[in-house]
Amino acid sequence: QKVTVDVLDHLERLALVDFRDSEGVERLQKAIQFADQLHEVNTDGVEPMDSVLEDRCLYLREDDVTEGNCTKELLKNAREKVEEYFVAPPGNIPLPKLEERETYLQSS
Amino acid sequence: AAVRGCSGVWRRAWQRGAGGPAPCGRRAVAGSARGAAVPAGKSGLAPWVPVVGLEIHAQISSNSKLFSGSQVQFAAPPNSVVSFFDASLPGTLPVINRRCVEAAVMTALALNCSINKRSLFDRKHYFYADLPAGYQITQQRVPIAVNGTLSYSLCTDNKMSQMVTKTVRIKQIQLEQDSGKSLHDDTRSQTLVDLNRAGVGLMEVVMEPDMCCGEEAAAAVRELQLILQTLGSSHAVMAEGQLRVDANVSVHHPGEPYGVRTEVKNINSIRFLAKAVDYEIQRQIEVLENGGTILNETRAFDSRLGCTVPMRDKEGKQDYRFMPEPNLPPLILYDAKSLPANTNHQQVVNIDWIHERLPDLPSVKRAKLVEQYEILPEHSFTLLNEDGLTEFFENVVKHTHMKPKKVIGWILNDLLSYLNQHSLTVKESPVSSSILADLLNLLEKKEISSTAAKQVLVELWKGEGKTPLEIVEEKKLELIQDQEALEQICQAVIDGQENAVIM
Repeated sequence: QKVTVDVLDHLERLALVDFRDSEGVERLQKAIQFADQLHEVNTDGVEPMDSVLEDRCLYLREDDVTEGNCTKELLKNAREKVEEYFVAPPGNIPLPKLEERETYLQSS
Repeated sequence: AAVRGCSGVWRRAWQRGAGGPAPCGRRAVAGSARGAAVPAGKSGLAPWVPVVGLEIHAQISSNSKLFSGSQVQFAAPPNSVVSFFDASLPGTLPVINRRCVEAAVMTALALNCSINKRSLFDRKHYFYADLPAGYQITQQRVPIAVNGTLSYSLCTDNKMSQMVTKTVRIKQIQLEQDSGKSLHDDTRSQTLVDLNRAGVGLMEVVMEPDMCCGEEAAAAVRELQLILQTLGSSHAVMAEGQLRVDANVSVHHPGEPYGVRTEVKNINSIRFLAKAVDYEIQRQIEVLENGGTILNETRAFDSRLGCTVPMRDKEGKQDYRFMPEPNLPPLILYDAKSLPANTNHQQVVNIDWIHERLPDLPSVKRAKLVEQYEILPEHSFTLLNEDGLTEFFENVVKHTHMKPKKVIGWILNDLLSYLNQHSLTVKESPVSSSILADLLNLLEKKEISSTAAKQVLVELWKGEGKTPLEIVEEKKLELIQDQEALEQICQAVIDGQENAVIM
């Protein structure tokens, strides 16, 4: 099945990607097709594995303070700072609605 | 005005009285309520059933954060207790703090939960400046504990002083990371971000929607707060953001399906929680009775105006794209039975070991107080409710012969009311427990009357350092013990009132 415009819009909004042109969408379609091959495997009665670490022990750390106190170093990465605070835009800048975006999806 | 019964059914009196919240900043919708046509099918009063569910985030009391070794420190200089992991710098990995796991287990046991001996971590994705990784590590699929209960009490009637016990079911408890803090600077159109709080361990306690009003919600949260403070798993001070409550509110008619719910955030105290919930219930009833619909939205409580308003920045339904946290294996908890031999104790969290060491929970403490001192259950609630009051009471009892059930009256009526009037904590009381004990001893030995004792107390509040005995002597408040002297006084009164006294 083809990926619908609604789903593409949803993906652009969530992942902040830009399916600029038909090539981008085609690449997505191919990637989904490739992954769909997994459905050919019969997994009846098999517990899903979500990590190869599943039978490892989760290491428990002692509750000691061993890090921090590196404000200067951290702020080196900041493009803008105000008195040791990182500066960010006033809120999430909402993605414009589909009709207002310059995207390939318009023409679909 | 709406009239509420504790059974949870709200009836909207058709006459609009002075009560009920007016929508913020706008005049209350008038007219349609008075004598207008009743919605089809119903006549007179249409009962509403409010439904309230709470999501509570309690900051874990620990030295370092949930997945990193930076310090948990309130009000530290901005970005000073932030590790590379907290700032989500590439190449960093989460390492779980044992103390946080223990805190969650303690809390789960205190709330009668089933503990999942194998629980998993997941990533919850959303974009916000104070969440540098773009996701929060939480436990969505299999949390550390499920299916618990919390019992709390309510006064049914102020006059009758009858207490009623209610329970709310705990859906689950999960471990998760706190986010950083955003300071909105609207004048410069920017947000300042402080990551000190990013990564601090939280226990999210999800309650089933078993409550019906603000009073129940407040009582349940208060009891949870006391439990957490008793366990030490969280300091649970709401004012410092260590206990945050979001309320989910909806209303429906009995027998009909649940209504659309709204989520109310930004509630900063238990008092405001009750107000916010009650306001939202009223607001929803008004909207629905005026033919409107409730939006499934997030609203913020404005404590200044006493109402809820739609929250900005919450556009549409979020897709959190939950996925397993690939860097963390499952969290395994053991008990005495499942404990493998030859294990490194530091690497093992033993549920039974923790269970054995749980302190007396508030409900047990109250029962013990009632039994030991023969006081009323509602007295025990007040004792536990005020920080330090139980200790004070027990100290006084220790140092006086007066029966505890008489002492309690002085503690609750005289001491506590004075402290409340002057906004003092028990620790700040100018009258110490030993001074009060001295005073009560004078009363008990019948050296002064109880009226005199109250007068002495008034003097003692001044905190001038005088002892009760000194004040009694100064003001000549001693009861006259001499029989002859008393007879003389009585005779003199009778003699002086010959007309009034009939021989």
